[in-house]
Amino acid sequence: MNDAPARAERLLALYRTMARIRAFEDAAEEASQGGVQVWGMEASATPARVRGPLHLSTGQEAVAAGVCIHLERDDLLTSTHRGHGHTLAKGADMTRMMCELFGRATGYNKGKGGSMHIADFSVGMLGANGVVAAGIPIATGAAHALKILRRPNIVACFFGDGAINRGPFLEGLNWAQVYGLPVLFVCEDNRIAATTPTRTMTAGSGAAARARALGIEAQAVDGNDVEAVDRAAGELVARVRTGRPALLHAITYRIKGHVSVDPGAYRDAAEVERARQDDPIARARGALAALGLAGRVDAIDAEVRAEVARALAAADAAPWPEPAEAYRDVLDAGAGTWR
Amino acid sequence: MALMSYAQAAAEALAAAMRADARIVALGEDLGRGGVFGQYRAAAPDGTLRPLQAEFGAERVIDTPISEANIMGAAVGMALAGLKPVVEMRVIDFALCAMDELVNQAAKNRYMFGGQGRVPLVARMPIGIWSASAAQHSQSLEAWFAHLPGLAVVCPATPQDNYSLLTAALASGDPVVYLEHKELWSRQGEVDPAQPVPLGKARIARAGKDLTLVTWSRTLHESLAAAETLAREGIDIEVLDLRTLWPWDRATVLDACAKTKRLFVAHEAVQVAGFGAEIAAAVAEELGCPVKRLGAPRIPVGYAPTLEAEARVDAEKIASAVRAWLGARD
Repeated sequence: MNDAPARAERLLALYRTMARIRAFEDAAEEASQGGVQVWGMEASATPARVRGPLHLSTGQEAVAAGVCIHLERDDLLTSTHRGHGHTLAKGADMTRMMCELFGRATGYNKGKGGSMHIADFSVGMLGANGVVAAGIPIATGAAHALKILRRPNIVACFFGDGAINRGPFLEGLNWAQVYGLPVLFVCEDNRIAATTPTRTMTAGSGAAARARALGIEAQAVDGNDVEAVDRAAGELVARVRTGRPALLHAITYRIKGHVSVDPGAYRDAAEVERARQDDPIARARGALAALGLAGRVDAIDAEVRAEVARALAAADAAPWPEPAEAYRDVLDAGAGTWR
Repeated sequence: MALMSYAQAAAEALAAAMRADARIVALGEDLGRGGVFGQYRAAAPDGTLRPLQAEFGAERVIDTPISEANIMGAAVGMALAGLKPVVEMRVIDFALCAMDELVNQAAKNRYMFGGQGRVPLVARMPIGIWSASAAQHSQSLEAWFAHLPGLAVVCPATPQDNYSLLTAALASGDPVVYLEHKELWSRQGEVDPAQPVPLGKARIARAGKDLTLVTWSRTLHESLAAAETLAREGIDIEVLDLRTLWPWDRATVLDACAKTKRLFVAHEAVQVAGFGAEIAAAVAEELGCPVKRLGAPRIPVGYAPTLEAEARVDAEKIASAVRAWLGARD
């Protein structure tokens, strides 16, 4: 963006998306403390309001924001177990998301999915996924359908650095290239696969090199620089809209543990501290302050705080699903009985 | 009414459905040439069999790479984006490369996303011993899928049922594991395209009074042959073709067993933890009548004819087991 006012407005929009994701993650994290005994922690007397595994994208917000700003409502998206940011950035409603994390009947999945399966099909968000790399074949198939149906839309397919060592990564990229499908693969590289540093388990130079080996256009980008992600994604999305796949390798950092109750103590403290200094939201805030927009940033922060407060209050007040809901939406032929 | 093979019957059903519904596509390896078993070849106007791709084009009858995981996973994505995919896995043994996509994705999607989407997908995963094909091309794994919420499981035994059940599967709106038997491909039979067969409805293939024999897929034909042998000996058994394992037709099975007071289940799959156990348990629970099962021993299928024969559940073994059981009653 050469035009300064336009750049400022775009950066404010990106900042708003990132701030909403961060606020959502922080609130969900707090609500997840206490309940279940995992990662060697004791359950507290106060049960957690978010009970299941909660994978936070704290620190990775620039990737979701910078990519999804290029997506239209009818574009599709597949995500990972760490998918709240992608879901919010695609346009989902924060309150219905929080209700789902709380397991309430008013959640997007009627309390059947929780954090790992957060989805809003109405905005083209086809689901977070509990299985690493599982979104890749689904995304290629959705893109294949869009092509067959002559729809003008594309699919954004988010996956982590760990996913590139699973077979579906190769199968899906090859498929997208063979059929010429409109899918943007986004490797959101937070440099750690659960608790294992990815570099120790990955041969070669990573996602972009593997994509290029199949003839797929690929770019690597500083995934904590939201404007850089925006630019790179913009170039690749333009290519994808012409009916060719592309891959964006966005290098970021997972500030939190693998799940919310994991303190991540297996990591080098100095490395984590460096990452905190490189926080994408702080960087964007600094850039906006330099543009004289600190007041606008404060206003956004206040709006986001209020939005999260509303979401938490609604989720707290929402009813649990009726037990009968457990038997619904299994399948029509012979559904939902013991026999 | 037309005489056709079991393989052609499925192709005709698919072709008819594709003509009626532009959202139906098929994808898998070697489909363009009509499938490796000819199960994607339907009659052309001149009566010769030709690949479905000739009529529907390469965009709807899709040749794919050898990428089972992506074939199944892509079908899930296609379904979510508005198509109705038919997935060809060639043999069920290869479908094991696509288990996450079938079990965690296709079968769970509708439920875990709270009914936001549906996955109308038919996965053709041919089962069964196929002469001298050994351990990785011969399995009958229908019980695995009967165990999984979110899937229907269909095992047609005749050309008519392969036509009618594939038609029903394509209309069901949910993922269907569709298990044809490889040694039935060339079996001929009359097919009436207008005859509907709903999922979950068994068929009394032979009436009888001394015992109810429940079976499915290729073992139906072995069971009917056994019944003829036994009839000559004065033993009159009823043979019931289950046709669909999920949902399975409890009412018809229980009615038949209430009448004959004995249940015998025969299937080609390994007997241990086979679907026969589910039927036997249900009948024992509901009616308290005696039950027996005959499935394969818990061994992989061997290559040599002498080894393969040990894994087969044939008419002679069925007749002998029934004879021994009924002979022991007096």
